[in-house]
Amino acid sequence: MDNFSQLWPLLYRALLETALMVSISIFFAVLIGLPLGILLYITQHPLLFKIKPLNATLGWLVNIIRSFPFIILIVAIMPFATWLVNASHGPVFASVALSIAAVPLFARLVESSFNSVKDGVIEASIAGGAPIYLIVTDVLLPEAKKSITQAITLTIISIIAFSATAGVVGGGGVGDLAIRYGYYRYDTLTMIVTVIVLVIIVQIVQWAGDFISNRAEER
Amino acid sequence: MSIQLNNVSKTYHLKGRNVEALKPTSLKVETGEIFGLIGYSGAGKSTLVRLINLLEKPSTGTVTVGDDNLTELSSKDLRIRRQKIGMIFQQFNLIESKTVYENIEFVLKASKYNKKDVPARIEELLNLVGLNDKSSINAANLSGGQKQRVGIARALANNPDILLCDEATSALDPDTTKSILNLLKSINRTLGITIVIITHEMEVIKEIADRVGVMSAGEIIEIGDTYNVFSHPKEEITKDFVQEIYNFEVPSQIKETPENQVITIQFLSENAEENYLNQLYRDFELSISILNGRIEYIKEKPLGFLMFQVSGKVEEIERLKTHIDNSHGIERVGYIG
Repeated sequence: MDNFSQLWPLLYRALLETALMVSISIFFAVLIGLPLGILLYITQHPLLFKIKPLNATLGWLVNIIRSFPFIILIVAIMPFATWLVNASHGPVFASVALSIAAVPLFARLVESSFNSVKDGVIEASIAGGAPIYLIVTDVLLPEAKKSITQAITLTIISIIAFSATAGVVGGGGVGDLAIRYGYYRYDTLTMIVTVIVLVIIVQIVQWAGDFISNRAEER
Repeated sequence: MSIQLNNVSKTYHLKGRNVEALKPTSLKVETGEIFGLIGYSGAGKSTLVRLINLLEKPSTGTVTVGDDNLTELSSKDLRIRRQKIGMIFQQFNLIESKTVYENIEFVLKASKYNKKDVPARIEELLNLVGLNDKSSINAANLSGGQKQRVGIARALANNPDILLCDEATSALDPDTTKSILNLLKSINRTLGITIVIITHEMEVIKEIADRVGVMSAGEIIEIGDTYNVFSHPKEEITKDFVQEIYNFEVPSQIKETPENQVITIQFLSENAEENYLNQLYRDFELSISILNGRIEYIKEKPLGFLMFQVSGKVEEIERLKTHIDNSHGIERVGYIG
């Protein structure tokens, strides 16, 4: 590609694809990863809901998914993803794998966010006769709000990074554009522009995340 | 409401080693009293207080509060029962991201307190602890004393009949400690709540405790009426704690000889404020110089110590000692100094 006007339609489309993949994946990462992270935390906490076998099973499952290289994960779950979204390529299809990769990542981040909540506060809540669900909603989540916001930021950025690989299944996106045009076709202009765009996206996400998490703390 | 610990003990299993944090202990705390437990860190007092509301499960023994054997309750019943056992902590343990109001509301939610009555109840509690203007302030922005007041309001929210205090004043300065102790005293008096307070500070015990237990190495080594325990300490550790408030030491330049001795006497209750020395000056041909003296009020009863140096004839000193030993309410103490 010689000039930007040729690149622009491709880039625009890639941006939309990235936005779609990130939105779907972060939605499911939070929807499933948050309860999973809560479960991981409370099943190991002696004052809350300690069930060693359940905690070990969940931890094991999370570790297995997290140890898959992303590209292998995509291929491995292809039949499942095809069945689930009734398609075999495209950003929605790629989002299945992205979500599956993001859920355990986010769950672990949530779990470690709760580790920063002081045990004393949990102890005081137990001593006050609070049920576990109330401790989760009124103690753990508000106390860990800042660090959970940071976990969401980090997960979004990881999804953006993963999504470059999503090109394998025709997922598209900015990262895929960089690889297909910039790398395979030695198209320097595309390469430079896409990398700059990715840097800008990541910066914006990080900045927005920091802004929100600081506000969460100041309240 | 009374608390009855029956042969409770706690052993931790750490890396294959057994650590006995609390040896089998029986203890009865009477309804409406303020019971203090004093001991150095690691003495097992924190374990003991946590056994009362079963934050720690006892390895053996039973815990009875009022008519309920807590050790036999199902986990749900125990949770409900805990709402009637308030607890406050050294580090306050408030939900820092929430306001004062929300912190108290939390325990009212836990007990499914009638929603309509929540605001009025919180206002009442904040009035009680003297924080009525702080309702909407974030817990993180309060001073230590204010945080403990919120802790107390939270602990009292569900009208408990017992209040457990785990080193509740150890993180506070002396003035704030005093004001928190006064608050606890007035809560005990006006609401009739039984209070168990553990501490390593003598100041706290002498200010507030009706009875005291002294803990060391996982057991209660001495127990009784606070005044009696501290006027007649039996165990070394108890003597150390008494020494701690009086802080008496024989000045190093004084060489004790038969003709020159240091005597420490203790005045009990009604005699503590009497002028005993005048009489000694008058009746004995000795040179008497005061080295140190102090009256402390233990639960508002005076307990005085006086340390003085006497020099003169050996027989006269012996006569003085006999005189002291025969005086009512006055005792020589050997362990101080």
